[in-house]
Amino acid sequence: MNEPILRIEALRKSFGALVVTDDVSVDIEPGELHAIIGPNGAGKTTLIHQLSGSLKSDAGTVTFRGRDITGLGMVERVRLGLARSFQITSILDGFTVLENAAMAVQARSGSSFRFFRQASGETALNEQAMAALAKVGLDDRAHRRAGSLSHGEKRQLEIAIALATNAGMLLLDEPLAGTGREESAVLVDLMASLKSTHTIVLIEHDMEAVFSLADRVSVLVYGRLIATGRPEEVRNDPDVRAAYLGEEAA
Amino acid sequence: MNADAENAAAAVPTGTAPGRKPLVARGGANLAALIMFGVLALLPVLAGLIDDPFLVVTFTRVLVFAIAVLSLDFILGYGAMVSFGHAAFLGLGAYAAAIPAAHGVTDLFLQVAIAAVACGLFALVTGAISLRTRGVYFIMITLAFGQMAYFFMTSLSAYGGDDGITLATRSTVLGSGILENDVVFFYVVLGTVAASYAVLRAIIGSRFGRVLSGTRENATRMQAIGFPPFPYQLTAYVIAGIIAGIAGVLLANQTEFVSPAYMSWQRSGELIVMVVLGGMGTMIGAVPGALAFLLLEEWLAYFSEHWKLGLGVILVLIVLFTRGGIAGFVSKYLGGGRA
Repeated sequence: MNEPILRIEALRKSFGALVVTDDVSVDIEPGELHAIIGPNGAGKTTLIHQLSGSLKSDAGTVTFRGRDITGLGMVERVRLGLARSFQITSILDGFTVLENAAMAVQARSGSSFRFFRQASGETALNEQAMAALAKVGLDDRAHRRAGSLSHGEKRQLEIAIALATNAGMLLLDEPLAGTGREESAVLVDLMASLKSTHTIVLIEHDMEAVFSLADRVSVLVYGRLIATGRPEEVRNDPDVRAAYLGEEAA
Repeated sequence: MNADAENAAAAVPTGTAPGRKPLVARGGANLAALIMFGVLALLPVLAGLIDDPFLVVTFTRVLVFAIAVLSLDFILGYGAMVSFGHAAFLGLGAYAAAIPAAHGVTDLFLQVAIAAVACGLFALVTGAISLRTRGVYFIMITLAFGQMAYFFMTSLSAYGGDDGITLATRSTVLGSGILENDVVFFYVVLGTVAASYAVLRAIIGSRFGRVLSGTRENATRMQAIGFPPFPYQLTAYVIAGIIAGIAGVLLANQTEFVSPAYMSWQRSGELIVMVVLGGMGTMIGAVPGALAFLLLEEWLAYFSEHWKLGLGVILVLIVLFTRGGIAGFVSKYLGGGRA
């Protein structure tokens, strides 16, 4: 196996007496799509917050491409190439779809302390933004207000923004949340196409999607990782069945 | 779908993004600004025709405040920074004219430079501290800094303290007393408003401006793509402080008198009211906002000493019924303000 792209060691987080992330250690291999599943309240989103830097960990380390990033915030981590999406859609509603993506391109290309040249006229920004939109299939919506998109399209835009940051690794927090059947099919296809170019950590409730996409699956229950492995191994793990899949299978 | 067609139409001239402010589309706003400044430029002619020199004086005052309102709208409307101490910059700028003048330094450019440096530094220091807080705390801390500046000037007895200080003459331009002429002074002020408007509009459309308004809309999203809010907000705060300071120099010249009352928190509140009246986050609303406030003040005071009650009622009505203030109202009833 290669050197892991993201190494999570003994990560902890508690809110008061409630331990939300309890001694989590896992290596994410370059190029894999690693799904993290678990029942509601298992601490999946908290883990993503810790990995993306929006929440400080109480203990443990996170190493990205060999560099200790435990102390870095979200801004520094995305600059290193670790981008995230949000469970609750987080886009700039009042801006156009293109501007949403162009903003992410702008963040990594040159200074944003430029005061007079009009950003809407920067073809380099717009072209790269357009490329990101084309990857998620939103290029025909480029000039619409982001707030006017359908829910599924907003979820696509959420991913396009992460792509536009040029990050090599994506942390996707329930990209299918709230989507209908057709919308989620589009998103699953999209993630499948991203597998070849990006390392992805995926949190998702939709088991069908997880088992069709994931190279490996980790199961989080009450903040603890109880299993990590190939989808079929995890599916057949008795602990997992008892703790989690059992409920659904029953 | 209707919205579809509308957006498609707006997207036709590709490359130019349709204005993210739905209230006043960008092209429309520029045209409206051109018309507005054009009409204002004819005002002295009109005043001559109807033989009312006071009209020029009144509008000079309105336009001086409009500069301060523009700068406040920049941080409030685009940066979501509700500064309740903005009058401090206006007052500091006024003292940057009055104090050097008391020592015989009457050159306008020198005074503007002093105002810009003083207000820029004051904004840098107070902004750096204030921006560590959010929401109501930001409002309170900017108010506190404003009051500190107010009390500092109150206790500065060498320059009039509480009583204020009278300017012997208006500022000079390259040694000439040309600003003593009200019409010339009017055009200097009008030029400053137009320049401030143009500069701030350009900044709003720039990379920097995008980051600023993106942060207003969703700071977490902006951090997730790599933009920390602080340096951008602080820079905007400093820019606004400098422009308000320049307005202060002009205010001192307009009244030929400066007192700490210019910096009181009530003044800061009035500036916010002017921004809201004109339309927050529109820039174009600054002049109508200042005009409406100052005229209402005069008009209502004519009826009753309790004029602020009347102003309160009008403000409530405007907020309830027009949303985007005067600029929003106009753009709504004039075909979206689009050119």
